[in-house]
Amino acid sequence: MTDIIDENEPTRRDFLYITTAVFGATGAATLAWPLIHQLNPDASVSALSSVEADISSIPEGGSLKVAWRGKPVFIRRRTKEEILIAENEDAANLPHPEKDAERVKNKEWLVVVGVCTHLGCIPIADKGDFGGWFCPCHGSHYDISGRIRKGPAPTNLEVPPYEFVNESIIKIG
Amino acid sequence: MNHDYEYTPSNGFTKWLDKRLPLMRFADENMLSFPTPKNLNYFWTFGFILTLSLVTQIITGIVLAMHYTPHVLMAFDSIEHIMRDVNYGWLIRYIHANGASMFFLAVFIHMFRSLYYGSYKEPREILWILGVVIFLLMIITAFMGYVLVWGQMSFWGATVITNLVATIPVVGESILTLLLGGFSVDNPTLNRFFSLHYLLPFVIFGVVILHIWALHVTGNNNPTGISVKDSNDTISFHPYYTVKDLFAYIVFLLMFSYFIFYNPNILGHPDNYIEADAMVTPAHIVPEWYLLPFYAILRAVPDKLMGVLLMFGSIAVLFFLPWLDTMKVRSARYRPVYKIFYFTFLISCLLLGYLGGQAPEGIYLFLSRVCTIYYFAFFLVVMPLLSRYEKPSAMPIGISNPAIDTSIEIDEVDGDLVPSANT
Amino acid sequence: MKLSQIVIIFFSLLFMQSNENLIAAGGETYKNLKPGFSFEGPFGKFDRESLKRGYKVYSEVCSSCHGMKQLSYRNLSQKGGPEFSVERVKEIAADYFIIDGADEYGDPVERSRVPSDRFQAPFDNKDAAKASNNGAYPPDLSLIVKARSDGANYIYSLLSGYEEPMPDSLNIDDSLSYNPWFPGAAIAMTQPLYDEMVEYEDGTEATIKQMSYDVSNFLSWAAEPTMEERKSLGLIVMGFLIIFLFLMFFSVRRLFKDVH
Repeated sequence: MTDIIDENEPTRRDFLYITTAVFGATGAATLAWPLIHQLNPDASVSALSSVEADISSIPEGGSLKVAWRGKPVFIRRRTKEEILIAENEDAANLPHPEKDAERVKNKEWLVVVGVCTHLGCIPIADKGDFGGWFCPCHGSHYDISGRIRKGPAPTNLEVPPYEFVNESIIKIG
Repeated sequence: MNHDYEYTPSNGFTKWLDKRLPLMRFADENMLSFPTPKNLNYFWTFGFILTLSLVTQIITGIVLAMHYTPHVLMAFDSIEHIMRDVNYGWLIRYIHANGASMFFLAVFIHMFRSLYYGSYKEPREILWILGVVIFLLMIITAFMGYVLVWGQMSFWGATVITNLVATIPVVGESILTLLLGGFSVDNPTLNRFFSLHYLLPFVIFGVVILHIWALHVTGNNNPTGISVKDSNDTISFHPYYTVKDLFAYIVFLLMFSYFIFYNPNILGHPDNYIEADAMVTPAHIVPEWYLLPFYAILRAVPDKLMGVLLMFGSIAVLFFLPWLDTMKVRSARYRPVYKIFYFTFLISCLLLGYLGGQAPEGIYLFLSRVCTIYYFAFFLVVMPLLSRYEKPSAMPIGISNPAIDTSIEIDEVDGDLVPSANT
Repeated sequence: MKLSQIVIIFFSLLFMQSNENLIAAGGETYKNLKPGFSFEGPFGKFDRESLKRGYKVYSEVCSSCHGMKQLSYRNLSQKGGPEFSVERVKEIAADYFIIDGADEYGDPVERSRVPSDRFQAPFDNKDAAKASNNGAYPPDLSLIVKARSDGANYIYSLLSGYEEPMPDSLNIDDSLSYNPWFPGAAIAMTQPLYDEMVEYEDGTEATIKQMSYDVSNFLSWAAEPTMEERKSLGLIVMGFLIIFLFLMFFSVRRLFKDVH
């Protein structure tokens, strides 16, 4: 009913009202940020976004399972034979063609996220037809490079971001 | 501005919508063009402030519930987790904790405004009663919320207050056990309080809608207490009162922000930063400041059951207010005698608040008793008597018509019309 | 009386709230000393060097009896705190141990702590803590400053107040110590700090007063690590609201100019 804004030309009164409205709207919009940001991982969760693992005591052929961001990560110290098998595989013929060299930073060490790429189960080590892992849920077989070889899983086991801090420490994440 | 005004859809879509779901019409009639007395002062902005307070509490509360754990072993730590780790968790919690205080501050002003200007009188009885229901629900909700912190004061406050139930003859003990889900305040109690603390604000929200509905049936009261006569007396709610209310809200927010950012714990008690311990009682158990007047009434009475009854009676009596004060003149502006009793009542309530925080002994106890007696006397004796015998002073003819009976002189004070003393 | 005065009265009463007069059981209780802290006031920030020294006092003295269960080592490097370097915090944390899970035989596995771990607690549980302390429980210090009224000044007064001479008229149990700042003046904690008890890395002389001051600073931060963030955000919010208030004020005035 009472139209306070003169539609023809902006007056000083319009300017005051518009400034006030813009100011208020900005304030209200900013207020939303804390309410949204609180949904993000909190400091205690972020503090666990990277983990350090001591690998000095893993023997050749042995492996270590560490929890990283709520998921298991397999760290496997591969034997010379295993490395050879992994490297000699013709990657081009695999369901998800990746060379072994693309999947490791140091060929002695394989670091993969231990979650089956099919539906998220955790594969079992040293099982399956290819000397790597076997997922009991729907029968996916992974080789010693964590590559999918047989079964319903669409891609190879994911390689997480990691680095060797020194000879005995791997930092994942 | 105009009672004959009617909403007319402006374009094709709103015309289409208006025939199916007259949402825009509803919003227009109730929020935008709603005719509102043009002489409302700043005490009338608290309805708006309270609505926003409720919304603030609900939003921050939902967020806090995402991070809070209602378990005796984890509740206290989960709140520290919110304060320390959650992004802006400290801000959201301080808004919620201080927001409760601000909510009560606003509701007290809102109620005392109503009491001063007679906003509870015919035809606004239901409006008033719904308001008292909201107030009661607020108290219950706030009390349960305070328990969730699971500090020493939470725990012992809950123990003391729930034990009041045990004073009920015969069935008291059984009801207490039912209420607590055990024989003392413990995990089941905390769990159900959390559930109810989450639920009740939405119940309050529902009653608020009824409250506003009732308001929009009768229309606002105003400082003169004289009913609106025609469209000369009113202006549209928007933009006049949306803008004015918002201005008042910003003032309110400034004070609120002071507490949040610079003194967030002053309204609480240090003991509540000590985790609840069922084996150690704090030196003084005091409720939050907004419950202190009721606490003072409770302790003013030597008999436990009577104390409990009087405390609940102090709220119950409010329900009967429209029938205790039957004076036709609404506003205290034109009730010189009522005005004196009103301000005495106000001071006595503030005093009760102060006394609720003191040990119930000596002069404090004596004053608590005097104030308690006056509290009830004000409603049960003063109001009915004044309704009968008080002679109101001269009043203007209408909101827009300052003309009064010509035999009376008029002084202009603060823009308000105040009749001179010779009436 | 004008109605607007109500609000003022209401507030003045609000702040009169129960000023707990701590009536001492035996001796008289003194008013808190006020050494003056840098974090006081609306612009207050923590003195980082003092926080670092305070952590040293906590870790070398207090921590043998008092836990700080709300704190993790990572907090020591976060913004607004002592701001130790991340590397330093790793070293600090590595000095402590934690039982983390079990090995293949089900035996507990111990490892050194990392920044994401909580501060190591001195006792396994409350009963163990009591048993080692003459039946008195040494309270957790994470929130001690917020859990006492006028917390920082109180902690400072208490820690530096052991050397006050005890009035002859007072009779205190042998297991307790005299401290006029403690409610009741008889406290179960024996004097914790002595001159030169710790060696500060920055060369500050470790007097009782200095250590009390530093550790009070540290505990104040620990009770509310987000204080600096809170105050600086407050400044922005208050500034915004004041400008908005003026705009709204003029808008209301202009709007109501035509209403008579």
